Amino acid sequence: MAYPDDRKYTREHEWVMANGASASIGITPYAQDSLGDIVFVDLPKIGSDIARGKTFGSVESVKAVSDLFAPASGTVTAVNEELATAPEKINQDAHAAWMLKITLSAPNELASLLSAADYEKFVAEEAAK
Amino acid sequence: MSVVESAPTIRKTALNAIHRKMGAKMVAFNGWDMPVEYPATGGLVAEHMAVRTGVGMFDVSHMGDIRLAGPQALAAVQHVSMNDASRLAVGQAQYSALLYPQGTFVDDVIVHRLGEDDYLLVINAGTREKDFAWVRDNTRPFDCRATDLSDDYTQLAIQGPKAHGLLAKLTDANLATVKSYWFTHGAVCGFENVLIGRTGYTGEDGFEIYLPSDQATSAMVWNAVLEAGKEWGVIPCGLGARNTLRLEAKMPLYDHEISDAINVWEAGLDRYCKLEKPEFIGREALLQARAAGPDKVLAGLEMTGRGIARDGYRVLDLEGAEIGYATSGSPAPFLKKNIALVYVPPAFAAVGTEVRVEVRGQGVAAQIVATPFYKRPKV
Repeated sequence: MAYPDDRKYTREHEWVMANGASASIGITPYAQDSLGDIVFVDLPKIGSDIARGKTFGSVESVKAVSDLFAPASGTVTAVNEELATAPEKINQDAHAAWMLKITLSAPNELASLLSAADYEKFVAEEAAK
Repeated sequence: MSVVESAPTIRKTALNAIHRKMGAKMVAFNGWDMPVEYPATGGLVAEHMAVRTGVGMFDVSHMGDIRLAGPQALAAVQHVSMNDASRLAVGQAQYSALLYPQGTFVDDVIVHRLGEDDYLLVINAGTREKDFAWVRDNTRPFDCRATDLSDDYTQLAIQGPKAHGLLAKLTDANLATVKSYWFTHGAVCGFENVLIGRTGYTGEDGFEIYLPSDQATSAMVWNAVLEAGKEWGVIPCGLGARNTLRLEAKMPLYDHEISDAINVWEAGLDRYCKLEKPEFIGREALLQARAAGPDKVLAGLEMTGRGIARDGYRVLDLEGAEIGYATSGSPAPFLKKNIALVYVPPAFAAVGTEVRVEVRGQGVAAQIVATPFYKRPKV
């Protein structure tokens, strides 16, 4: 699996793509593969705040519920409405299926996240377990 | 030198290597390393749909088998089992349960009458040892012998509308004469005297076959089924689909809908409990419980608001007060709804009653619905 370097990654398998003061957030292909067919996504409302490392919602497959952990802190400016009726878009293309957009409150948080290369290595180690 | 503590050994069925080779996602289930789904052939939803519309195959060898044989085998079965085994002809099976004296569940079971004084009880994986000890200890006074045959069998479940056509290709047994909850013995893939039951845990037509548990035989038949079923798109199915299928069909799962803390009336299994039998373990307590009336009953629920009810989630009334809980809950892949089985007071159990399910701290709208959620079409 190729992990584009236009974004950063976390050990909880989220990605965050910064664009100036705002960023979009989603989960990685590895995450969607582990979950299986996604049937439900629970996301915060526009205007709410999310905090780095804390849960901001959840994603569900038939079998399981998985918490979503904020890779960065900020205020929610947009939520991907498509995922409410077509959550399978995450399975189809996890890197394209952004979940929410935020205004970053502490942009320097991104510096300590994993690069594409580091995430790829991390995933290889996880898969070998 | 340090002493290393080893983890409790996890058990494997004879087909474990094959499941792994097929890329199955594995899970530890009641001490067994089992396939939960097979992503390479579509995964859980595809497996569920294959069983509902074509045919799928499950390795259910983790389940247990107890044989009771001897001059007083029937009396022994009648003592520990709540259903009436005297109604069984040779070749016939029935759903039943082993009960504690309080009228609660040791386990649910399928009782097969193998012969004149010869019965086979098929039991759950997680309760193998407990059930065998229970049966052995409680049938001691009877002139019969209890044998644990659990490790002797590889058990395959072939389920779906095309299961009959598939299995007919592999056996000389006349499957058309085997009705639902009956069984026969026949050759399967050249192996003689295989028990073939028209039973299952999916709500579809299908068969469960009991083969010798050596790896070579098990693998040979597993592969033969996948080959024979190609024309109907047969795929291997794991515990994930096994659970969603039985939930749609409202079939109980031990430690969910039935347990040692739940009695027969609460679980709604009256139909399988024959109080007219003069004696069986649990009968007295059940008579008293029936007179008192249950505090809670098992009901079907469907989410009407946005959210999925899962095992253990609280059920609330419209004011937000807790009234019960979900024993099992999941999206239903065939019905395309989010369903659950719940214990609620009888006052809340009527079809149409509006309730809430607490999902991550929020009450989400739901309503009580009729069960089974799914019933296979009459052919």
